[in-house]
Amino acid sequence: MFITVTLSLLEGLWTTFKIFSLTLLMALPLGLIISLGSMSKIKVIKWPIKTLIWVIRGTPLMLQLIVFGFGPGLLGIDGMSTFVAVMIAFVLNYACYFSEIYRGGIEGIPKGQYEAGTVLGLTKTQIFFKIVLMQVIKRIIPPMSNEFLTLVKDTSLANTIMIYEITWNAKRFMNSAHILWPLFYSGLFYLAFCGILTLLFGYIEKKLDYYKG
Amino acid sequence: MAILEIKNLKKSFGKTEVLKDISFSMEKGEAVSIIGSSGSGKTTFLRCINFLEKADSGTILLNGNEIFNGENKHTMSSADIRKNQLNFGFVFQQFNLFPQYNVLENVTLAPRLLAKERPDFKTNKKAIYKEIEENALSLLEKAGLKEKINNYPCQLSGGQQQRVAIVRALALNPEIMLFDEPTSALDPELTNEVLNIIKDLVDKDMTMIIVTHEMNFAKNVSDRVVFMDDGYIVEEGSPDEIFTNPKSERLKEFLSNTKV
Ligand SMILES: Nc1ncnc2c1ncn2[C@@H]1O[C@H](COP(=O)(O)OP(=O)(O)OP(=O)(O)O)[C@@H](O)[C@H]1O
Ligand SMILES: [Mg+2]
Repeated sequence: MFITVTLSLLEGLWTTFKIFSLTLLMALPLGLIISLGSMSKIKVIKWPIKTLIWVIRGTPLMLQLIVFGFGPGLLGIDGMSTFVAVMIAFVLNYACYFSEIYRGGIEGIPKGQYEAGTVLGLTKTQIFFKIVLMQVIKRIIPPMSNEFLTLVKDTSLANTIMIYEITWNAKRFMNSAHILWPLFYSGLFYLAFCGILTLLFGYIEKKLDYYKG
Repeated sequence: MAILEIKNLKKSFGKTEVLKDISFSMEKGEAVSIIGSSGSGKTTFLRCINFLEKADSGTILLNGNEIFNGENKHTMSSADIRKNQLNFGFVFQQFNLFPQYNVLENVTLAPRLLAKERPDFKTNKKAIYKEIEENALSLLEKAGLKEKINNYPCQLSGGQQQRVAIVRALALNPEIMLFDEPTSALDPELTNEVLNIIKDLVDKDMTMIIVTHEMNFAKNVSDRVVFMDDGYIVEEGSPDEIFTNPKSERLKEFLSNTKV
């Protein structure tokens, strides 16, 4: 039984890991684009994006999952797989959270850094990529590490629209074999996953510790 | 011909008129100090010269070429602004070094990026980078920073940081150096190491404008002193004229409140 459960949870872990990594892969860059949009001086860009961020951050992720999971079907659009729906919901949700972290990081960079780049003849793009970005990364590592850990655990919400990730698989044993321990056992998987991430972030923070500011 | 000629420069922030009507000119090799009380517009003037701020009206000529004209300030392309900016080296009160780069990288970053715009960059990349590094090292050595090239800004004293900032500006071979209170953020005992570097530049006939509260420096080192008050240049002349023989009431009052 133990082996059956373990194998099943490992299978779920793979799905969990897929949601986690695909979300990051897409939400990290998308978040940057959204954050630049939310800081834009052009009102027709800024306000729709601000509204989007407000809606996404102001409603439960579970609700968003349901909207993207069942919404298309209700509207008569077929053929969108549940997994795609999950990805859209997660990417959009996390991109909005990331965008606010980026915004905080970018706005926290002193004006003098931009001006020093300007007087040295750097272009706006060079200033962003050669001067600002590294400093932003250092500043956003701690809040990002929080978001990453939250994402690990949020993946369990995907089971509300029938994605067979760890929690789903653990619950399945509860329903079929009337045993509770696989559910607690699944907690260990999340713990291990988050433990590895914590170590990783600790390592990155240490790497970036060679300078202050 | 004047290297820099500024006519009728005006600048307001919202309703605050900061520069009311500034005309100014200087010759190649001249070192001009700008003095004046806080809020008189010294920083704003310096920032308008190299386009960190865009003046509202007036003209700026560099070597007889118009680099700014208030009439067409909205049509200036950012590429032109950038090109003109490179004629000036700017040193900030707060140093503004890049914290993630070490001393040598701080100095070579901009020259290396600019080199990419050279037509021979692709074929000569190695030699160009080598030349940039050698130039940086020699400037750093002259500034007494040879031992510090691998240090990060947070590992340096304020005086050392400001010296790096000066070298960083010099590495681009500007025609005119602009200093905005380069020693105001420093402890008194660190002030001299920075002033000495600037003095070396004066001795080498570097053209420069330096906004300063260091009256001794203005008096002993600069060729000419400009006194600004309330958005105007009220008086200018040789250090002697300004400090021993001030004419305007405002300058007399300013000097009596300042220890020389
Ligand atoms: N970006 C800005 N926006 C609004 N007002 C500004 C701005 N920059 C400067 N000012 C105002 O312009 C006036 C002149 O400022 P400036 O910094 O040029 O004076 P300063 O002579 O350099 O003074 P200090 O000796 O204190 O450095 C001040 O009243 C200041 O508040
Ligand atoms: Mg000032």
